[in-house]
Amino acid sequence: MSAGSLGELATPGVGRGIRDIRRSGFLLKLLVRKELKIRYRGSVLGLLWSYVKPGVQFIVFYIALGVFLGLERSPRNPEGLSNYAVYLFSGIVLINFFTEALGNAARSIVQNGNLIKKIYLPRELFPVASVWVSAVHFFPQLVVLVTACLFTGWHPNPVQLLSAVGGFAIVALLAAGLGLLFGAANVYFRDSENLVDMLLMVATWASPVMYAWSMVEAKLGAGWFALYQANPITVGVELFHYAFWYPTTDGSSLMPPDLLGLWLPLGLVVSVLVLALGQFTFRRLEGRFAQEL
Amino acid sequence: MVKAIEVSGISKQFVLRHTRSIKEAVVWLAKGRKGDLTKKFHALKDVSLNVEAGETVALLGLNGSGKSTLLKHISGVMLPDTGTVRTRGRVAGLIEVGAGFHPDLSGRDNVYLNGAILGMSEQEVNDRFESIVEFAEIGEFIDTEVKFYSSGMYLRLAFSVAVHTDPEVFLIDEILAVGDEPFQRKCISKIQELAERGKTLVVVSHDLDLVSRICARGVLLEHGNVLFDGPIREAVGKLRK
Repeated sequence: MSAGSLGELATPGVGRGIRDIRRSGFLLKLLVRKELKIRYRGSVLGLLWSYVKPGVQFIVFYIALGVFLGLERSPRNPEGLSNYAVYLFSGIVLINFFTEALGNAARSIVQNGNLIKKIYLPRELFPVASVWVSAVHFFPQLVVLVTACLFTGWHPNPVQLLSAVGGFAIVALLAAGLGLLFGAANVYFRDSENLVDMLLMVATWASPVMYAWSMVEAKLGAGWFALYQANPITVGVELFHYAFWYPTTDGSSLMPPDLLGLWLPLGLVVSVLVLALGQFTFRRLEGRFAQEL
Repeated sequence: MVKAIEVSGISKQFVLRHTRSIKEAVVWLAKGRKGDLTKKFHALKDVSLNVEAGETVALLGLNGSGKSTLLKHISGVMLPDTGTVRTRGRVAGLIEVGAGFHPDLSGRDNVYLNGAILGMSEQEVNDRFESIVEFAEIGEFIDTEVKFYSSGMYLRLAFSVAVHTDPEVFLIDEILAVGDEPFQRKCISKIQELAERGKTLVVVSHDLDLVSRICARGVLLEHGNVLFDGPIREAVGKLRK
């Protein structure tokens, strides 16, 4: 073989970051398939757990918050949210996706340490695969949600459907960015995964999943509410409400102002910036993964 | 001749952290920063090595001499503190038996996964799948989960996948110790066949008789320095002394 066909001398172990993922599509596919296969190995219910867990979570929240705390609208409680069950579930599925994606991505580098120590491959694949796997688990929950929506008279328009895509994209990008950041940091400081667990707990309550956004505005005032809205997860949840819950109501409820004009693009920009930061940090730290793991 | 591997003046220092907890860091600060929180260890000191395409090189040395670290730099798993490493063409390694094998997946799934990890495309794995299974002598167990394999079967499958990646540079770290006699012979003849086809081999092993048979050139390392670089017989002779 001539030297030409072998290419030039190249430095091994220096990847091109997330751009490598497109060239490693086959490996990414297999990593995702592996995760899906081993997730519920040895369990009788198998993939059904992906339905059962959010289902039970939903029932608990619905009874505690919707019925006991009175967030559901009823003749005796006209201030409540109509179709609270759909409202709640459309937020929960998105938060579940985020929680699973970030939680697993943050642990992915350390968990695959054995491989990373021995063979060079684009390490960004591991956090990205975690997010991908979570997206696969998100799908059955989405099916349940849409079914519930159809039973409550869902009649979405194309803009509302697209806003669901936008909300999902915002949250997926954010999870990938934070996953790269905390996944890399976790190699050096295992505190990172505990920090992530705490952030995920906060994330559930820092977005209008259980309650209405208007309650936040009433308590915080316009200035702080803008800060609350700058959280991409908040925007994602509100977009999901707009896509799934809002078209099941009579339209008398208010959506947050400027949701599509201002907050959707802003949420995307924030998520992309977080992704860039995560990638930058990851590349700074990955050079010493093999010796620190 | 064409250079396959070019290692120029690389050094690698490992930081041995004694602790990472806040408690001990505070104690250290309170004691007036006495002593070092970290200790440094030179794994490689200004190592240079050029390997031509088609050469068979053995990295020799006692435990802790830096052989495996050097191999990890060639594969790109580690990056040097100073100096540069450059390689030509696809580099694949049997760095450890079955790194990247998942015990809960079947042999078939593991062949695909491991092939992809070693840089093969879907088409390449499909084309070579039969050949991989045949060489590994796994037969009907290919759809059994790998955790039920004997260590010999495990090794055979891992080795088979690695040789079928068809790399230009093949790195082997201490893997021929496992496996029974006939399979070992088969592996060695496969490795020799690769060498005859002009592939570059870099082998780390403590089995001096074995490396004398496979390799033509020996590089002797001691405490991260290259002590000797020349014909394998002389290198082995120096190590045995």
